[in-house]
Formats: sequence, structure tokens, C-alpha cells
Amino acid sequence: MKSLSEIETAVKRASRAVGFSWGNSEEVGKSIRLLELFGLQGIKNLNQYYADKQKKQFEDLNLISEKNEPSSEAYCPIILGISFLDQIKSLENFEIIRFEKIAYPVIFLSFLSRASEISGKKIYAKFDKNEILLNLNLNICSSFFNQEFPKLVDKVEIKFLTNQDNFTEIEWNSLYKLAENTFVEESDSLKQGAAGAGLTDND
Amino acid sequence: MKVELRDPNTIMKLSRLGSFHQSKLSFLRSFLSEFKDWDYKRDLFNLDQNGYGEAVYSFKKKDRVYSLICFANEIKDEERSDRVIATKWDAAFTLHDGVPSKDDIERLKNEVPKQEVGRLSFKELTLSRANKSVRVFNHVVECLSEGKQPDLNLLSKVGYLYRTTAVYGSGKFGLADRFRIKNREEINGPFRLEMMLVYLVRQFTFDQVNHVAHYKNPKKAVKLDKQICKNLGIGNSTGLGMAPFIVNHPTLLNNWILSRETALKKIREIKIVENEDSELFKDCVKKSLKNITSWNTDSEYQQNKIKLLLKDVENFIDYIENNFNFKTEYPFNTIYMWLERNVCEECIEYIVSIMMEPYNNITEPLVSNMSSDEDKYFNIPTNRTVQELIVIIEARYSNILKINFDQKENNQNFWFISKNKEEPRLADRFEEHGSELEQPLAIARDIKKLYEKLLLEKNNSTIAKFLSLNSELRHVVRRAFIIEKFPYSEIQDNTISKSIVPIDMLRLKLSFFGALKFDPRSDKWLRICMFQGAPLPNELRNYDEQWVYKTSN
Repeated sequence: MKSLSEIETAVKRASRAVGFSWGNSEEVGKSIRLLELFGLQGIKNLNQYYADKQKKQFEDLNLISEKNEPSSEAYCPIILGISFLDQIKSLENFEIIRFEKIAYPVIFLSFLSRASEISGKKIYAKFDKNEILLNLNLNICSSFFNQEFPKLVDKVEIKFLTNQDNFTEIEWNSLYKLAENTFVEESDSLKQGAAGAGLTDND
Repeated sequence: MKVELRDPNTIMKLSRLGSFHQSKLSFLRSFLSEFKDWDYKRDLFNLDQNGYGEAVYSFKKKDRVYSLICFANEIKDEERSDRVIATKWDAAFTLHDGVPSKDDIERLKNEVPKQEVGRLSFKELTLSRANKSVRVFNHVVECLSEGKQPDLNLLSKVGYLYRTTAVYGSGKFGLADRFRIKNREEINGPFRLEMMLVYLVRQFTFDQVNHVAHYKNPKKAVKLDKQICKNLGIGNSTGLGMAPFIVNHPTLLNNWILSRETALKKIREIKIVENEDSELFKDCVKKSLKNITSWNTDSEYQQNKIKLLLKDVENFIDYIENNFNFKTEYPFNTIYMWLERNVCEECIEYIVSIMMEPYNNITEPLVSNMSSDEDKYFNIPTNRTVQELIVIIEARYSNILKINFDQKENNQNFWFISKNKEEPRLADRFEEHGSELEQPLAIARDIKKLYEKLLLEKNNSTIAKFLSLNSELRHVVRRAFIIEKFPYSEIQDNTISKSIVPIDMLRLKLSFFGALKFDPRSDKWLRICMFQGAPLPNELRNYDEQWVYKTSN
């Protein structure tokens, strides 16, 4: 088994070798390491992408807007991912960010996961019909487990989710009531002496 | 009195970093301190009469066990090489997480001796190999087998029976990634498992030499005297492989240096020094002279440094004995100021290290700050502005900005990875091919390039926008934001200049390991000694913390 450290180093060097700058190659190393840690096929997809890159022209998207359509075959998932990370503050202001045609989208997904951590918000992504939830870079929930990721996705939607509870107020109150059973009802003498400070602090 | 931390522009120059010495903060000393109450055991010693076979040594506490597995093999003299191109070694080692099963030992027997071309698993933590100092090992075997102890003169010239030629950890060749074990309290300090491996290897060398001597002459042989064992360490040959590490781990480097600087600052701020503390300090300085006078090297460069160091330390002893009163307020601050005025860089750093000896209360809390999670500081704050980055660079890289990289001598060398051994190398860009594959280790040059580009941008433009057009500078943009928070994270020197002495980078790292007796074999590799004078494993529960200054070699 390859260690994550070996994966990160080899990816960084390979990325440099195919023409990315050292700084961008460091980003790719971190991202592919992350995919492999999460059990997604980072190395396999990156390998195929770098092989494809020699034959096909993928587009670098340096400035992301609300709707993005490539003029060539598809977007490069690496430059797109790095741009997404770098422009995260402005992208958060969009309700939905749409892309058409991203090559090897699982590579882009790793950058989205890191973006979720940086922004402190969960990110919802829809790759054609597949839904993915990126949880602050702690995990990735998707229906892709044990499945091949497509080499190209036609339509992508990204949404930053507002931080909100995943349960109703009734469910919370019900649970809180149970928690209260660990508390002690205070008598008058406990009210006087157990808190440390006095009832008035006018001194 | 408030003493300022020393200026990174002075401390992070290579000549100063290359003058650092071991101290109480050094990793081999903090390793011994952490593991002193662990149970040590030799679990297996299955060597033939020539000393070839397997051995296992362990440290255990509660449910945690670390086991060193040793494989000693016969090699021909012509196969023995310290260089990384070697493919066979007298012995190979791995530190296994837990108690190895028979299957583990069989698996590792096929992999560990192959080193870089073998494969380890997540159950192994570190990997190493070592070669005998043949003249010392054979001499000791001869003497012991004849019932005599070896010639101390010869032993003191070398200082060890074996020298390691590489120690690997953190995910190399399939070893466990650090993140798998980083939450273990006992290894909350850099390179602790590497130190454990080297320390246990040292014990193996004593056991092996005794074993071979015994089988050579079972009736007459004696064991190597324990005091002699203590005065032997483990040698190490180190080349350029170590140099990029300190460039590639900026926050870790910062935490090492910052701990040292913080210790010095706190010691200089002590108003009244207790008598026993000043006596301990003086005693260590005087006894340390033995370490200088027994420091052997053929390197003229190092010989000159040693001569100067010896003269300055003697001068310093004369000062504290005859012209200094420890009863004055802030005595260590006065001493430090005197050092700055009167002695060489090597001596300043030598005495700074010894100042820490009386002060466990200062050094111990700092040891736990010497690790770093580099990933936490990886992301670039791209919403910040060009103006902010310019301010950081002007404040933190002021000396670097003065270098003219259009001059050939400032741009003479390049760092690359050798295809043969996947190891870092340094070469002259004007004489050798390959500079187009240069590694991103010319930080000074690239920072200056970044600065010049930034000056052409609008001040209020964001870093995100700048990076979208200048991705070739991304690696140094990242570093500049790191140094903003970590002032000692960067070498304040030109690592590609004609005059670079790469062993300064190695020495910096080795001093933090706790190495002694740096012996440069060229400007690109050196030999050192580790654990010389250290307690033996069965003495760990009660040992003299100042052992470093009390060796008899």
C-alpha cells in the first residue's frame, strides 16, 4: 500500500512534469492525497487526465462567474479547482454556480471539499444527476462510493449551504428535556452558596 | 527586564544556522527524557557466530509497544559504502508498531535489507541501515575475544561501532504516515521515533560485538566494559538529502528555532540566578571542553572552526571565572551581550546551548511546541491585497531583497532530484545540464521575483487576481503568508549562490537532532555522532541529564 505522503509527493512531481507551476502542483498533491484518504479514485483519474491532456485541449478557467461555459472541449479540473479555492470569498455570494463540461470532475471535487473547509460552509454539488455533499473537508457524501466517476460531466451546479440545523425545534426540545434530567433542582440554600458569587454584587 | 527575541535576519543566516549545537531541546535528549520510564527489553537475539541474523528490541508502557527489528547481513568490503547509491549494508533496521509476529519478521526480512527498493507497511514507523566502522568493530572483537578491553585512543578517534547512512520515516517506502500516529502523547516531539530507532541500534551494536567476540574465543572472551559502551554513540553519514527538508517544512523550522530563541530570551530575563544553577552552567562549559578537544575531523574548514571555538570558549571561561559575578542582576543577559561582542558565531551558539542546562522549567514546556501540522497553514489567504503582501515581504525578507540575482555568482547553482536515487542534489547551472528541472528551493530568488512583480500591480488588487495571472509564483506567495505568522520559518540567505555551504543546512538540522562532532567530508556531506555518552537502556530510569558534557572520549 502506498502511503499518503508518497502519493502527495509523486502527484506534486508528476503535475510539475506535465507543465503546472510548482505552487499549483503542491495544490494538486494535497487534493489527490485527500481523495485517496476519502477512498475516491484520485490517482487513477489524475493519471487518465494527464494522458488525455496530451491529446486534447482543456480550457483553463481563471475567473469564475455565475454561469461558465467552456469554448473548447471541457474545463481543466485543476485550474478550475484552484480558481475556485482562490476566489471562494466572491463565489460565496452567488446562489448557484453553474458549469458546463468539466473533465475528470472527481479531481475538481477534491478542491470543492477544501473550499468547504475554508468557507466554513457545507457545499452541495450536482454532477449531472448525481448529488454530492461536501462536509467541511471532513467527509464527502455521495452516491459514487465504489463506482467509477465519469471522465466528463456535462452540467454541474454548486451551492454553498447556509449553516442551519438539520432537525426541528420540537426534536431539539424533546432531546433537551432528557438532558435536563442530569440537573439538580436548587434549594434556597444551594442558590445562596453553591454558585460561588453572591446574589448581589454591589460592592 | 524584557529581552527581545533575536532578529531572524541574523539568526536565520546560513553561517549562524551552521553554527548551532545540540541543547536540552535536541530531539535525542527529549526522546530519552520521554522514554526514561518505559520498559526496555531485548526480545530476540538470533545471530550466528559471525553476528549475522535477526534481533528485536522493544520499549513498552501499558499497552503500547515499539519494537526495533534488526537484520545483520554479511557483505563484502567492496560493497560497503556510506553513499546513498549503496545497495547492501552490514545491518538494516525497522521500528515496528507493536510486537512483531513471526510472519511480520519473515515479511520484513525480505524487505528491510533492500531499503529504498523494499516495501514497508503502515505497521512500520521508521527504516534505517548502518555500516560498521570496520577498523573499530574488528579491533573491539579482537580485543574482547582475547580477554582485553579495546584501545580507548582508537575508540575516541571514531566514537562508534556503526554509522547509519539514512533514517527514513513519515510515509517513505510505505511506512506509516505521521497522521496515523500523531496523537500519541509520547511522540509529541519531532523525530522521536527516528531517535528511538537510532538509540536501540546503538544497543544492538554493543550486543553484536560482544556476541561475535564470544564465539571467536568462548573461553577467554570478555564483554565490552559498560563505561566504554556509554562513551560510544552511533555515527551517521548525512548528505544533501537532508537539506531541502528544512526549506520544505517552514512552520516546523520556525517552531524549532522559536523554541530555542524563546529559551534564550527567558534565560536572559532571569534577574537573580541561583548559585547551584550558575555552578551547573559553569561546570558544563568547563567539562564540554573535552567534547571540543576530542572533536576529530580532516576537514580544514571544520578544523579552523574548532580551533576558533576552543580559543573562544577558553576565553569565555577566563571571563566568567575572573571577571564576572553571577550575583549581579540578569547575569545571563550580561553574558550574552559579552558573547556578542567578543566571540565567534560558533561560540555564541555553543554557550547559548549550555545556558539551557540548569533550566528544565524553561525548556520542557518548549519541547512540546517543536512539532507542527504544516497542512494547517497551506491555504493562501487570497482575499488579501497586493499591498499587504508587499508589506510582509519588505518586513520579513529585507536582506533577501538586496541580493542581485542578475549577477552570475548569486544564481550559480540549482537544486534537482537525481533520477538514479530520487535524492536532492546541487549543481552549477552554468556547467551542468538539468537546470530546467530545478526544484523550488531557490526561495530567495523567487521571493525577489515575486516582489518585483507585485510592485507592478495595483495595491488594492487581490492575491486571487494576482495568482490567476502569475501561477509560477504561487509557491512563494504561500511562503510569504507563512512567514508573516512564523518569523523563523525561512532561511534568510541565498541557497543557490556560488558561495553556499550546503553542510550549514545539514548542521542546523543535525544540531536539533542532538548530534555531536560534526565532521564534514566535503561541503556537501558530513559525519556526526549521536548518543555518545548517553545512558544505556537499562540505566534510563535514573541518569545524569548532563551526560552530553561528561563523556570521556
